[in-house]
Amino acid sequence: MAEKKFTKEHEWIEKSDQIIIVGITEFAQDQLGDIVSIELPQVSSSFKQNDVMVIIDSVKASSDIYCPVDGEIIEINEKLLEHPELINQSPYEEGWIVKIKPSNPEQIDSLLSKEQYDELVGQNKE
Amino acid sequence: MRSPFFKNHLESNAKMVDFHGWEMPLQYSGIIDEHKNVRESVGLFDVSHMGRFKIKGEAESQIQHLITNDISKIGDKQVIYSPMCNEDGGIVDDVIVNKINSNEFVVIVNSSNIKKDLDWITENAKSCEIQNVTDDYALLALQGPKAENVLKDAGVEQIENLKSFHLLETKLYDVDCIISRTGYTGEDGFELFFDSKQVQVWEKLLETGTKYGIKPIGLGARDTLRLEAGLMLYGNDIDETITPLEAPLKWTVKFETEFIGKAALEQKKVEKKMRGFEIIEAQRVARKDNKIYDEEKEIGIVTSGSFSPTLGKPIGYCFVPVEYPLEREIKLDIGSKFYDSRLTSTRFYKR
Repeated sequence: MAEKKFTKEHEWIEKSDQIIIVGITEFAQDQLGDIVSIELPQVSSSFKQNDVMVIIDSVKASSDIYCPVDGEIIEINEKLLEHPELINQSPYEEGWIVKIKPSNPEQIDSLLSKEQYDELVGQNKE
Repeated sequence: MRSPFFKNHLESNAKMVDFHGWEMPLQYSGIIDEHKNVRESVGLFDVSHMGRFKIKGEAESQIQHLITNDISKIGDKQVIYSPMCNEDGGIVDDVIVNKINSNEFVVIVNSSNIKKDLDWITENAKSCEIQNVTDDYALLALQGPKAENVLKDAGVEQIENLKSFHLLETKLYDVDCIISRTGYTGEDGFELFFDSKQVQVWEKLLETGTKYGIKPIGLGARDTLRLEAGLMLYGNDIDETITPLEAPLKWTVKFETEFIGKAALEQKKVEKKMRGFEIIEAQRVARKDNKIYDEEKEIGIVTSGSFSPTLGKPIGYCFVPVEYPLEREIKLDIGSKFYDSRLTSTRFYKR
């Protein structure tokens, strides 16, 4: 399993071949609480880094999910449409959100490492 | 500020939240799980952030003047819900008045309004003795179809004979307690008012309720429960710019009595009305201040919106012009996208 990278907005990505898998972190799902719906992008639509690509509604809040790097959506996790709670139950596995083909793969290098992200989350908890 | 049960919440791993200056539990096991527990069996809420005033003396006529509802319709050991209005008919607060007898009342007010209400009541009920006892008394709510069983097992006599909106001065685990059959969930249930030093009552209720699957319930589920039941949240749905006739509180306005704001309410034409709404097809959740459109025209605003765990879909309340009837289709603007929606009653759930 490839090493994960993270964004300040609490998305995780995992690189595998020419694509990346994107989801939200354990910290993010815990903060959101019970997730009740998700709006997913169209397959083959393109986003720039930091564009809003997904909207998640939990009982208590709505949350924008940002595109971590420039790229094209090549697959969405359609299971989430029926079972958005998979993000709560398994944010890093079954609760993955989209797969993206990056158009500027070097952007991945500047995302946060696990250590950097953990430090960020540690500060948020204060 | 902290409730007497602050430590209990931390021990139960509650996620805490600031609520009008109070550190209160938002959730324990999760909002949906807690919500269903109350609908299906029983839940225990710490509502010690609500303001509590004791009003003594020649109080009844003064309270009548403060509230829009008719206090003469209740006897000793009964409870009434009512808005208090200002001279313009705007809602100063919505309160629960517990009548111990005609010379002693306990009034429960919203936490966000404690200081304002104390000033307002003191100014408008001059001959009464008004005491803010918020810190001296704890307030818990025990809600759900099994709530009566829990109190029965706790040894409260006659609890099965206590009618809705009546109260009992009794003992609960040897603690002097006022128990009223009231709540904010749309379920059968009770509110418990006792000395704030008797913090063991929280643990004991959870212990007694174990066999009914009792759970502690946070403010998150309190909000979704009251939203399904058509109950108003002060500061969201109603405030001093809203009259009880615009809100679904006409039933609490008794024009045959004399009260502050009566003249304004008699004269003012009602132009907007609160309705419920449901979003058709899409599962997006509308939130407070989302706008409502009829085709291109902006016609109203969302006051409360959330997900209904009982119905499994997003619901909420909004204000729209009075001529828009129930079942009328409208559009909701959520994050600059329009969603087909439908106006409904504010009562989404009836037990």
